[in-house]
Amino acid sequence: MKFLCIECDEQMIFEQRQLPGDGTLAAAFRCPRCERVVAMLTNPMETQLVSSLGIKIGGREVPEQPLELVRSEVVGGRDDAFADADPPLPPQAPGTVVWSLAAVERLEGVPRFVRGMVKRIYADYAKENGIAEITPEIMDRARSELGLEGM
Amino acid sequence: MMLKHRTYAEVKGGDSSRMAEQVNAQQARVAERLAGVKACVAVMSGKGGVGKSLTTAAIAAACAARGLAIGLLDADLVGPSAARMSGVSSTGLEVDESGVDPATSPAGVRVMSMDLLLDDDAPLAWREPESESFVWRGAQERSALREFLSDVRWGDLDLLLVDLPPGTQRLIDLAELLPRLDGLLVITIPSAASQSAVSRSMRLAADRGIRVLGVLENMAGYACADCGEVRSLFPGDAGRRLADQHDTTLLGRIPFDPDAAGHADMGALDQIMDHTVAGAAIDEVVGKLLKAIA
Repeated sequence: MKFLCIECDEQMIFEQRQLPGDGTLAAAFRCPRCERVVAMLTNPMETQLVSSLGIKIGGREVPEQPLELVRSEVVGGRDDAFADADPPLPPQAPGTVVWSLAAVERLEGVPRFVRGMVKRIYADYAKENGIAEITPEIMDRARSELGLEGM
Repeated sequence: MMLKHRTYAEVKGGDSSRMAEQVNAQQARVAERLAGVKACVAVMSGKGGVGKSLTTAAIAAACAARGLAIGLLDADLVGPSAARMSGVSSTGLEVDESGVDPATSPAGVRVMSMDLLLDDDAPLAWREPESESFVWRGAQERSALREFLSDVRWGDLDLLLVDLPPGTQRLIDLAELLPRLDGLLVITIPSAASQSAVSRSMRLAADRGIRVLGVLENMAGYACADCGEVRSLFPGDAGRRLADQHDTTLLGRIPFDPDAAGHADMGALDQIMDHTVAGAAIDEVVGKLLKAIA
């Protein structure tokens, strides 16, 4: 998929992706010459179709997690399927991302089937963006930007 | 007025959505993960109810008993049974950013199956709205199979067996996902109806250039639980006919054996191999199968 700014005859570049939480997706593309930005809006069916392939429009900001599609899309996963559901530990080394108490509490509300993976995704997001402490606000931002609906 | 602008091919820049890049990366991860697997063989019937999953699990156990490093991937995502039949009851699969460890059966087979991940009796269901699921369900199952291949730490294996569900679609998915599919083991029962359904699947495999290693006829008679004598169960000799029709080998005929079925239900495949009529037949099949792969 390519986006062309007809006026400038320039290929537009991916700017950002947002998931409003209603199953739809918005991806913004910008013309590098005139700076015009357009948004591609997909309905829930189109959004799901892309997601079913295990790919993200605009690319990935954080590394793909093992069994990411299975863990995030399957309903009825067993709580004890994976051994990574424990809450985040206090930071062991300088520079390690810290979890606020409120963020830990919120993480504990995530089903155990997917919790360990979600924990790693938020930590990766924080590292990628130079964030020292994960708070519920950071989690909200990551959810929207990374498309973690339902996590 | 018709707008004039360049077409997709004329715009030389890369894909703005980066989809192709991600698909290529997925394929590369599968190839990298399976680099230590010497042979990958799919087990297919093309028809349900032929005892394929039990037979596949027993073959895996028999291979392990010969000292081979064996993996068993259950590609039947909707009706998974490989873990239970292999006697795997462990949960809490170890996982980190590099992958997920498969479960290990008492026989030493590395197993990955959806039944390790789903709640007891829970059907495979996805988060998407049910009303339009026909659009993406197939894609989602294919992606799940890809993740089982690329994200499970299979390690070095002599043989990875992939237990396919009834039908042919998953064989196509598998052949497209794998860098190399070394062959196909086909399972039938003796009946003409099975022969017809399985033959279609073999035809599809041939059309796709997939090598059929041989045919195994399951439920070829009934092994009496009291005396061990094998008596007639289904009419027909589909195994022989399919082998002749598709110019391949009949690897063996395995009788229906209530003792074996009972052991399988308890996940005691080692008991099948050591103490049942079916076990002896399976071991013979394994010898021929390994020769065919070599």
